[in-house]
Amino acid sequence: MSQLSTTAKRAGWRFASSLPALFGVLVFTFLLMRVLPGDPAVFFASGPTAGKEEIEMIRKQMGLDKPVPEQLLRYLGDIGSGNLGRSLTTGQPVLADLQSRLPASLELTFSALLIALLTAIPLGVAAALRQGSWIDHVVRFICALGVCVPTFVSGLLLIYAFYYLLGLAPDPTGRVDIFTSLPPRLTGFLLIDFALAGDWEGWRAAAAQLVLPAMTMALFVVAPLARITRAAMLASLGSDFVRTARSLGLPPAKVIVTYALRNALLPVLTIAGIVFSTMLGANVLVEKVFSWPGVASYALDALLSSDYAPVQGFVLLMASIFVVVNLTVDVLYGIADPRVSVE
Amino acid sequence: MTSSTLRHTVWILRGNPVTAIAAAGAFILCLLAIIGPWIVPFDPIASDVANALQPPSAKYWAGTDQLGRDVFSRLIVATRLDLAIAASAVSLSFVLGAVVGALCGYTGGRLDRYVGRFVDVLMAFPLFVLAMAMVAALGNRVENIVIATAIINLPFYIRFARAEVNVRRNAGWVEAARASGDSHVSVVLRFLLPNVLPAMAVQVSLNLGWAILNAAGLSFIGLGVSAPTPEWGIMVAEGARFISTGKWWLVAFPGLALMLTVLCFNLLGDGLRDILDPRMRT
Amino acid sequence: MSATPDAPLLAIEDLHVTFSTRRGLVEAVRGVSFSVAAGETLGVVGESGSGKSVTAFAVTRLLDASGRVSQGRIRFAGEDITAASSKQLRRLHGAAISMIFQNPRGALNPIRTVGQQIADAIMAHESISAGEGRARALELLKAVLIRDPEKRLDAYPHELSGGMCQRVMIAMAIACAPKLLIADEPTTGLDVTTQKTVMDLLARITAERGMAMILITHDLGLASRYCQRVCVMEQGKVVEEAQPLSLFSAPQHPYTKRLVAASPTATSTIADLAPEALSPSTVSLSPHPEEAAPAAVSKDGSVVSQPPGASFETKPAASPQDEGSAKKPAPGTPLLLEVQNLVKRYDRGVVAVNDVSFTIRAGESLGLVGESGSGKSTISRLVCRLIDASEGEILFDGQAIGTLPARDFHRSPLRKDIQIVFQDPTDSLNPRFNAFDCIAHPLRRLLNMKDGAALTARVSECAERAGLPSGLLERFPHQLSGGQKARVGIARAIACRPRLLILDEPTAALDVSVQAVILQLLDRLRREDDLALLFVSHDLNVVRMMCERTVVMQNGAIVEQGESLALFAAPQTDYARTLLEAVLHLGGPTVR
Repeated sequence: MSQLSTTAKRAGWRFASSLPALFGVLVFTFLLMRVLPGDPAVFFASGPTAGKEEIEMIRKQMGLDKPVPEQLLRYLGDIGSGNLGRSLTTGQPVLADLQSRLPASLELTFSALLIALLTAIPLGVAAALRQGSWIDHVVRFICALGVCVPTFVSGLLLIYAFYYLLGLAPDPTGRVDIFTSLPPRLTGFLLIDFALAGDWEGWRAAAAQLVLPAMTMALFVVAPLARITRAAMLASLGSDFVRTARSLGLPPAKVIVTYALRNALLPVLTIAGIVFSTMLGANVLVEKVFSWPGVASYALDALLSSDYAPVQGFVLLMASIFVVVNLTVDVLYGIADPRVSVE
Repeated sequence: MTSSTLRHTVWILRGNPVTAIAAAGAFILCLLAIIGPWIVPFDPIASDVANALQPPSAKYWAGTDQLGRDVFSRLIVATRLDLAIAASAVSLSFVLGAVVGALCGYTGGRLDRYVGRFVDVLMAFPLFVLAMAMVAALGNRVENIVIATAIINLPFYIRFARAEVNVRRNAGWVEAARASGDSHVSVVLRFLLPNVLPAMAVQVSLNLGWAILNAAGLSFIGLGVSAPTPEWGIMVAEGARFISTGKWWLVAFPGLALMLTVLCFNLLGDGLRDILDPRMRT
Repeated sequence: MSATPDAPLLAIEDLHVTFSTRRGLVEAVRGVSFSVAAGETLGVVGESGSGKSVTAFAVTRLLDASGRVSQGRIRFAGEDITAASSKQLRRLHGAAISMIFQNPRGALNPIRTVGQQIADAIMAHESISAGEGRARALELLKAVLIRDPEKRLDAYPHELSGGMCQRVMIAMAIACAPKLLIADEPTTGLDVTTQKTVMDLLARITAERGMAMILITHDLGLASRYCQRVCVMEQGKVVEEAQPLSLFSAPQHPYTKRLVAASPTATSTIADLAPEALSPSTVSLSPHPEEAAPAAVSKDGSVVSQPPGASFETKPAASPQDEGSAKKPAPGTPLLLEVQNLVKRYDRGVVAVNDVSFTIRAGESLGLVGESGSGKSTISRLVCRLIDASEGEILFDGQAIGTLPARDFHRSPLRKDIQIVFQDPTDSLNPRFNAFDCIAHPLRRLLNMKDGAALTARVSECAERAGLPSGLLERFPHQLSGGQKARVGIARAIACRPRLLILDEPTAALDVSVQAVILQLLDRLRREDDLALLFVSHDLNVVRMMCERTVVMQNGAIVEQGESLALFAAPQTDYARTLLEAVLHLGGPTVR
């Protein structure tokens, strides 16, 4: 009971202490906008054909003629009121674009994380339980190899194998094929929306479309997760408290699950948070390979066409997501490990 | 001491063939980076449209690309650029990170707190996104890829050096050194850093692989290196257009080159740990 | 020698245990036989590496994957369990044989409440509901005399003290009323007073419930007090087995003799610790097996013969040491160290040292005793000028040395006069320096000696005085044994001929026979150099032997100080009395 309140206190404290970091991110993106080659006013103008007067007007509008601290304040005020500027490429407010595209990215990332955890934890546990056996060697080989294959290469090779050679996967572009009609947008997560609409054919089409990119991203993070699971499991199997449990004649299943595995999952949880952040970065590559209409490919397209407002919005979004993820991990950790409340 | 280190290294390598192979691989890679341009069978840049998109054959070991350029020659020539980017980025962050981290770890206090905050800010980003944003901000050039990669590596080195120094700063032999008349500065330089460097060398090797992947990823999405230059990431990006039509070699071979290089440095890093740990020496 | 009862509960015959290591097979237990009768308490005593814990783990078959019983027979209650299946073993574990381990906090699952863990132990053998399990767990917590048992039921191990964790461990071990309890160093790492209460509890519980107990320990005093019979193990063999009284008053085997002599008692002097040392240039001082090379399990198995390391122990002709060690400096000797109202505060208001004052005369030895957290280690670092005091003054030879901040004290001309020897010999040597560089370092820094014949000669001399053979100077710390590392640390500390030597638990990490030799060494060096010692220790017997005066500390403050003899004979404060009563003496009365 007191554990919950200490966890809440801890989470609150962690949130408060991540505020300076978030502020740092804001300043960084502000500097990003000013350091960028060229005149920001040009980027925010209606188009490359905008006349001198229009640019001058925008400059006034944006306050670029004001001193830097004041500009920073205005910028912070804009962010606070949700004004992230307008995208040159889509002509839409950046906030709206991000909102409409974020579910696609999150759906991809979450399914990949789920696949990765469901593969990595059993593999790591099996390797630790049979240390030195063939399964251990296979897992360690996968771990060594897994971190070496770049996501964009494994994604393309998966396309080659499952789309071109075997014909099992649908055309690797986008979230649904062109023949499937989209469900009414409720959550933005296609699998959930299709399920809510009861359209199982559409659900299957969306799932088929999702499998390859999610697998690609999962492949990328299975190795670190399996490696830490194996190491943590080995450590807790060799620990004094597992020996105690054995010396008391506890059933093997209880020893392995309640005593060894539960303790081993604590470091896995920490790594999973880091892995999630890595995946947010890897989204850029995977979304490009699979033409996935998420926030990362949006930002990348904008970046390559020198449209910087979306890039700035994207960076801010990623940082905020990362803060949220860290908080979640903290809270989960606080619930799972009674010791953290001590410090 | 040096001869005993050498003997120890030989002993380790003999008992650990994987490390020996990784070391040989790393050596070959460095060699290719130096002499690559002189030994390749074809000009890596000149196009030969008549021979475009040829699958691997006796003449073109790794096939040809959409402009008829020999993929194998391009792979070899690219070694220099890829290794150079990764090596310079990693050494930049290593030197800076080791010094700053060691200082923070030993002194603790205010400096430690401020640097910790800065590191937190850096880490608050998904690092690849950070690198992307920095290249965009600084300009789309190779040296900025190096800087961006160095900066996103920096937090790891600072944290690592800090943690390694921090666990040792209250060790008996550190206090004994001070009782033997060493100042704080000389304790850090002559006692702590030499003890921390082996562990950091392992990080360097592991990190090198990571930096290569990172730089290749940036050029894959079109940042940094530009079109005709042979570079593994950009070669994959160009080949990506043809994968749906079954031209696998354009992606597979640069991918393989990336994978083997990273694998080499990772295995070498694991092996280095054994070699540099004096406890393993008997 | 042993009076084997008619039907022993546990009988071990010719047990061999082999470990497969990187250097091939190593036999850790080599033909051990003993038996335990129902309700009896048997002590198994030995130093590190004697195979005593391995024997216990072999009996319960809880060895690491690399170890196995290679030969011999284990009978429990008439049944041969040498080749029992894991299913059979599981029925025995906890229900018939249970174990208690050292490091009680680590032995408990950190993320499961104490009540759940005790209930787990019961439910492993009895099918009862969770509610019943909880009720039984509460009963057990009451049986092991934990305060507020209702509250502790939902506590996690980290919320309990080490002593309480060990009580919980005992509760789990006795949960299913086993016939045999194996306690592996159950009180190592606990404070002396806690040690006593835990052992008393164990003795009472086993007596009340008629359990047999095997008490595995390195502490002869502990075994003599709580066991009816004692086996002494050395290098994987039982060398002697007897009743405690006869064993300690008239040991038969040479190793036992040496071990008994090395264990400090209420009346022993430094000279008593290793009687052989009195004859000049004795070769047989070696405290083995600790000092021997790590892999020196001799093939012939003769335990009487000297291990390979023995020849290192050749003593230089020692000055006569027959007079009592605690020799007072002549009256009127000037004060060397004066500590006045010393206070050390850490962040968040933690006061580690609170208003401490004491003095040391030149050539005098002052003992500083207290339990963990009493602030004694902080004082040693304050006096050594490694950290700055918050308040108070330190006068050395009449000069105030506290005014120069610790950060700059390395420049002080007094730096070489105050040296320190640390607790953990491994931790106190730079892993990248060999023994020579470790000893030469203070000479290079403080006396500005350059590499050359003079430095080499000086280092060799220091090494020799510390009893370190010059052949070992090229070795790195990881190639030296614990005792040898301790000698390097001492040689380094005396290299610059200090006037005050601070000893921070210098023998706490060493086996008792190595401790004996190191204590004698320190005592000799002190006489030869007229060194003043500040001897910090938790071991009252050792302090009584080494020091003329003793300071007792608790919670950062001095509780009592005075002449050692007087203080130990008639402590004035309750705390000092409690501490002294908890000290175990060889040949003292047996509890049961």
